[in-house]
Formats: sequence, structure tokens, C-alpha cells
Amino acid sequence: MSIEVRNVSKHFGAFTALGGVSLKVETGRLTALLGPSGSGKTTLLRIIAGLEFPDPAADPGAGQVLFHGEDVSQVSAGKRGVGFVFQHYALFKHMTVAENIAFGLTVRPRRLRPARPEIARRVNELLRLVQLEKLGGRLPDQLSGGQRQRVALARALAMEPKVLLLDEPFGALDAQVRKEMRSWLRSLHERLHVTTVFVTHDQEEALELADEVVVMNRAKIEQVGTPQEVYDRPVSPFVIEFLGNVNRLAAGSGKLRPPDADVLYVRPHDVDLQRGPGSTHSLRARVLHVFSAGSYGRVTLERLDNGEHFEAEVARDRLRELDLQQGEEVAAMFRHVRLFPRGQFYEADVRDGRLTEASSDAAPTHGAGEHI
Amino acid sequence: MPARPHRNVLPGFGLSLGFTLAYLGVIVLIPLVALFARAAGLSWHDFLAAVWSPRVVASYELTFGASFLAALFNVPFGVMLAWVLVRYEFPGRKVVDALVDLPFALPTAVAGIALTAIYAKNGWFGQWLEPLGIKVAYTSLGVWVALTFIGLPFVVRTVQPVLEELEPELEEAAATLGATRGQAFRRIILPALRPAILTGFALAFARAVGEYGSVIFIAGNRPMHTEITPLLIVTKLEQYDYRGATALAAVMLLGSFGLLLLVQLVQRHYARPGRA
Repeated sequence: MSIEVRNVSKHFGAFTALGGVSLKVETGRLTALLGPSGSGKTTLLRIIAGLEFPDPAADPGAGQVLFHGEDVSQVSAGKRGVGFVFQHYALFKHMTVAENIAFGLTVRPRRLRPARPEIARRVNELLRLVQLEKLGGRLPDQLSGGQRQRVALARALAMEPKVLLLDEPFGALDAQVRKEMRSWLRSLHERLHVTTVFVTHDQEEALELADEVVVMNRAKIEQVGTPQEVYDRPVSPFVIEFLGNVNRLAAGSGKLRPPDADVLYVRPHDVDLQRGPGSTHSLRARVLHVFSAGSYGRVTLERLDNGEHFEAEVARDRLRELDLQQGEEVAAMFRHVRLFPRGQFYEADVRDGRLTEASSDAAPTHGAGEHI
Repeated sequence: MPARPHRNVLPGFGLSLGFTLAYLGVIVLIPLVALFARAAGLSWHDFLAAVWSPRVVASYELTFGASFLAALFNVPFGVMLAWVLVRYEFPGRKVVDALVDLPFALPTAVAGIALTAIYAKNGWFGQWLEPLGIKVAYTSLGVWVALTFIGLPFVVRTVQPVLEELEPELEEAAATLGATRGQAFRRIILPALRPAILTGFALAFARAVGEYGSVIFIAGNRPMHTEITPLLIVTKLEQYDYRGATALAAVMLLGSFGLLLLVQLVQRHYARPGRA
């Protein structure tokens, strides 16, 4: 079932949680709402679920939530057919795992309620799906965090929701379990193909898991796109800074003189280091630290012209070859630079010393209007 | 690091336990033992005569019966009051919150006099109830009213903090799963409150059984009808019948203890896994 949010605003007192947000989620997609805390992502999720209601809007068509083209703005949470997984799972502590999962079925009006054996069969099926076959008789307190999470998921799935919503699904888990759960959720989604929206503040999680990433900031949507789109073609300084590591450098000084931009962004893996004087287009920098543990080496450098610090990611072989010493001077060359002159998006390449404006079709087609 | 065996992270176990036991002994146990020792001075025959005469049995029925009903009545209304205080913001909430404690703070005799004044034939409530044939003052109904009055804070104050701690997500989860408000209350909130409700009930009941001051004014104290056991004890003391008084007290003590134990067992029953 597709989800559409039309120009939804939400205020809590003087605080603006959502300032006129519109979004479309296609059927069967796995979508991430990504943003820092306070960006409105959880509020948006709760509005989709019907746990929160949009501010009343003056003009018709605004402040609406549509499921499959049908306005559900005034429909209560229980009638929307949404599965919701809470950040802290909200399992019913006095019920066993099986009773928790069966809850959604047992509260149905009698004529819609499946018979007991049918409920038991469904519960077993779901326990198998979330790989907790043996634990149906346990209480939530007797489970680990990852297991509780899967119970919460099974409970939400029991009512065969058309839409699955997850609030920070891995937020309360430790790093190792989080990775496992991530790939498990991905494979589960591939099996069930339920339209799924999850909230996260972890960019790695969003990029790795989602078909589509919705980047949110300060009650607005900054950008919507595939993980590759938002990573490779960010539409705003916020998006490039929020997604992945990036160096933010003062432009206009030294040899980097792009038109109309004060700041340029370079991903650490787009920085090339060389011994010697380098070309006329490279930056002179001093090596501050070299970290060589990990899948690639990380070098922290200091610009000689203005003292700014920046990072380079260098392949391990290349790092060994260079054999950089602390305090040594090197030439740094940027393969790709990103500028946001006067709020415009374009890509630049300084390998040959020229900043070439990227063709306009490189810009993502659905940015967030005035915010770019 | 050489670790000493049996080392506990929480220090001072021996000292604190020793002190606690000594304290409990001096404050609670020794007086109770003295009570039984006194009562034991009676011969079996005299003891039975003291504690099982029809007048005394009638007082047991009234005391335990009215206390039980009062505590039972306080459960739904105490829970509702706690619910209102926790869930809603309204002007004067703080005042209402403070009012709940009044039965705690009020000298019981004051409560008794006030209740009697209200429920007497010409009192504010009494003048309307009397024509309907409902007599409150100087009847067992009056005893129940007084015991309800003094027991209310116990239920409110035990349920309130638990309700405050209850995650709103639980109800939201129930709502997204299609439960109505009623179902969410019955199946999610009530079970979470059950231990607190039982504790509140037990406290209100225990307090009511021992209540004296507020009851004697409104009860009328007619033997066989509106005479509570604590009053009988005081009467016996006034007649210098110390042994008879302690015998009665011992029976009350056992009765209360038995009921509190029963509440504990009920708690235990619900705490078992899989008891939804």
C-alpha cells in the first residue's frame, strides 16, 4: 500500500515538529526517515501511524495522510491497519511472548476474531518467522534486546498490516546485534514486501538498509532519493555533512577559487596524497596523524595556507607505499569537490585545476524546493 | 587482584541486617509477644469466653466486614482518583492532590465528628438520606463510611506512582494493534496496576481494622449492632480487664495477619509467569 503525506505541519506549543512536509512512499518499498534528533522524523512516523494528528490546515488537501490514495487523516491508529514497532518495543510485560504476539488478534470483535487454534497456529508461524520458536512461553523480561525486538515485530506483523512502521528499530541494541538485525530485517522485507518506513539517526543504517532515504532536518525534508543519490548527489550542505564523512574547507583562498562559493566539500576518499611539490593545482598540507588500523588508512592533515584540518582516506597499499611521517609536507589533490554556491547544486572537478559545473541532470529530481 | 571470597558489592549487609532485625524486634515484635504472653495468662476456657461471646463475634463481623467492604470500595474510586491526578492537567490539580492526604493527617476523632455532623438526621447529607430510608449515622453503614474515608489515601498513594511510571507507549501499542480504550485498560493497564492495587487494598484494609477514633463517633456503639472490636478492647481496658483486652487484641492480630498473608499469596499468584 502506498503512503502519501500532503503538506503536513505539526506544532507542539511553540515548537515546530513538522513544517509543511510532503512525501510519497511507493508500495513495497523500504524507506528510511533519516535525520538528527528533533528533525521531526519520529513525529512524521507517528502521524503516518495515526498516533499523532496533523495540525488542522486552512486549505483543503493540506495536512492529509493518504493510504493508497484514500484519506486516512481522521482514521484512528487501530483502524489504519498499520504495524508499529516502538523504539523500546513496548512489550506487555505481564504477557508471555506468545500472548504478546496474539494480542492484536484477540482484541478483535468476536465476529472477526479467529478461533483459538487458528490464533495459536498464526502465533507459531510468526514465532518461526522471527526465529523464536522455543520462546513462546517466556516473559519479555527473560529475553535479550534483540529477541524483544523480534517479538515486537512479530506482534506488529500478526495483524497482517499493509504498512509497517518502525521507530529507531535498532536504537536500543548494541553494535554487534544491530548489524545482524539489519540484514535480518532486510531479508524479512524481501520476503514479505510490506511497505515499510523506519526512523533512524544512523546514516550508515539508512544507507545500507533502505531502498529510499528521506533526509530530514529542522521539521523539513531536505532530500529524498536512493542511498546512492543522497550520498553522491547531496542537494544541500546539511545532507552532505550528515551523510558520511566530509571535509568542509574554506574556498576562495589559495589555489581553490570556485565561483560564488565560500565553502567546498570533499569526501575523505576523494583526497589523493602525493610526495613532493605536486602540481600547481594541489594544496600543500602537513601530516598530523596517520591511522592505519582498519580497511583503509586515515590521514589527518593541516592546510599550510590557512591551517584548516582535513582528513584523507587512503588505500592501505597506497599508504604503505607513501610511508608518511608525522609533520611531513605533502601535496593533496581533490578528485571531486562539491560546492553549494548561492544555494545552487553542482558538481566540480579540480583534477585539472578547473572547476567544471556539473550538468544539471546530475541534480536529484526531487529535492525539497526552497531548501536546496 | 586477590579477591576475597563472598565479597558483596553492597557493603554493610551484616550491620544493616542486624540493626534492622533489632529495630523490628524492639518496635514491633516484643510488644506483640508481650500481648500474646498477657493473653496466655488466661485459661483456655476464659480465653474462649473472652474472645467468642456473641457480642464479641458480632464486633468481629462488623470490624472485618466493614473494613473489607470499605477497602474494596476504595479500590475503584482510588484508582480513578489516581488516574485523574496522573493523566490530566486541570486547574486545582495540586489542591486535589493535597486533599487526598487529608484523611492521613486529620486526627481521627475530628474526622469522626465531622462525618457524624454531616450524616446525622439533620446534617447536610443526612436530611436528604433520611426521607429515603437510608440511615447512616449510628448504623453499620456509618462505620463503613468512616472506614472508607480513612482508607482512600492508601489506594491512591500506592497506585499513583505506578501509574506515573507506566509507559504511554504500552497504550499506544495496544491502540495500533486494534484494541479499544476499554480493552487497553482491562488487558494492559489494569494488570500493570494489579500489584499496587492489591497493596493499596491491603493497607486500607489493615488501617480500617485498627481504626478507632473516627468510627466511635459515627457508629453509635450499640452492642451487637454497631460496636467495633477496638472499642470492645478499650471498654475492657476501662474495666481493668487487661487479660480480656489482650485476648481480643490477639485474635484481631491473627485475623489481620491472616488477611495480609492472603493478599501476599494473591500477589504471588499473579506474579507467576504466564498469568495474564
